[in-house]
Amino acid sequence: MIEFRDVSYRVAGTDVLSGFNLQVQSGETLVLLGRSGSGKTTSLKLVNRLLSPTSGKVLVKGAPNGELDIIRLRRSIGYVIQDVGLFPHFTVERNIGLVPRIEGWAQDRISQRVRELLQMVGMDPQTASRYPHQLSGGQRQRVGVARALAADPEMLLMDEPFGALDPLTRNDLQSEFLSLQKQLTKTVVFVTHDLREAMRLGSRIALLEAGRLVTVLAPTEFLRSTDPLVSAYARAFGDAVVSNPSRGTT
Amino acid sequence: MNVVQFILQNHAQVLELTLEHLRLVGFATLFATLIGIPLGILIAHRPRLNKPVLASANIIQTIPSLALFGFLLPVPWLGARSDRLAILALTLYALLPIIRNTYTGIRGVDPAVIEAGLGMGLTEVQLLFQVELPLVVSVIVSGVRVAIVISVGLATIAAAIGAGGLGEFIFRGLAMVDNTVILAGAIPAALLALVADFGLGRLERYLLPR
Repeated sequence: MIEFRDVSYRVAGTDVLSGFNLQVQSGETLVLLGRSGSGKTTSLKLVNRLLSPTSGKVLVKGAPNGELDIIRLRRSIGYVIQDVGLFPHFTVERNIGLVPRIEGWAQDRISQRVRELLQMVGMDPQTASRYPHQLSGGQRQRVGVARALAADPEMLLMDEPFGALDPLTRNDLQSEFLSLQKQLTKTVVFVTHDLREAMRLGSRIALLEAGRLVTVLAPTEFLRSTDPLVSAYARAFGDAVVSNPSRGTT
Repeated sequence: MNVVQFILQNHAQVLELTLEHLRLVGFATLFATLIGIPLGILIAHRPRLNKPVLASANIIQTIPSLALFGFLLPVPWLGARSDRLAILALTLYALLPIIRNTYTGIRGVDPAVIEAGLGMGLTEVQLLFQVELPLVVSVIVSGVRVAIVISVGLATIAAAIGAGGLGEFIFRGLAMVDNTVILAGAIPAALLALVADFGLGRLERYLLPR
């Protein structure tokens, strides 16, 4: 569904990403794991062309994304970021319904879709008329996810979406993500530095270090790996990491 | 004779000069807004242009107003009608606050909001009209407000080149060494500035995003 082909990204003489090769299968949740500055967010932004690679290609559904219409490309990929970026002057309904509205949907179809999405992300449809500043952090991120799903994209890019939330709320949203993903089976690329989150949500985990892909493993294989970088990462999280038996090899 | 009596006695002329004054300020603000807002938007999106544009607008501000009126006087077409010339000079002075507020307003929009907007597939134009401008419209109005208050004061000097306006009373009073006549120009000008400031202040608060 998404493929990185020998991708490098250099800025101001620094290699942020180099020789990056990775395939994301349709319907899987691929987690990009790594420390700050390892190139996770950069890889994500190369998919929806918020950044363009210095060399190499990113293929989306088999076509190099540089050759696709950038607006159509972005509307076909949901995008969720840590800071959410809700439009503060729009109600929840207008936030979620923005792309459908631009795409020319009828108003009642938009309203219906907004209510459906709010329920899907575990929110009261009554909140549709609220403004972002009237919501809690967890609710805001739920709306962020709903907004990304509004036009029913096949793919989702999620950049540490739950990183700024308190542990309890994060846990709730992770559970909801799993059940949502079971229902919708989108192709998801999920960036995190939290190994626990990666183990819980990922069907595969790609570990990045200093702009290079170290390895791609199923969550169950991750803790057993003898690769020094992988085990270093696993050790950093210590015993707190509990492997998720429902997420096996792929 | 006190100021109130003078104004009442000459109310027709006070009114006429006030309207002239408003005309100068009105056209200058209109032109400065029509030029300043697009320019502010442009430099907010093309960072390479921001230094030269802001620097030019700044330099214009440093030219003493009387000197600027004088410099422009020999310009053909423009110099032929002193009100045209006054409007041009006032427009130039009014540009800076409008450009600067538009620019800093847009640059101040939360980067996460911009990133989310672009990531969702908004075009630059959609982002501008749906997100950036609605969020900063009150900041822009605040720039226009500053521009108007500056213009109302500066326009009094336009009388020196014969462009009319309430400055006529001020210059006449200066020549006659008569404070009453000076105040008959200064007080209505100050009131105009206050009214404009108050009115646009209300508009600004009304437009503030929640």
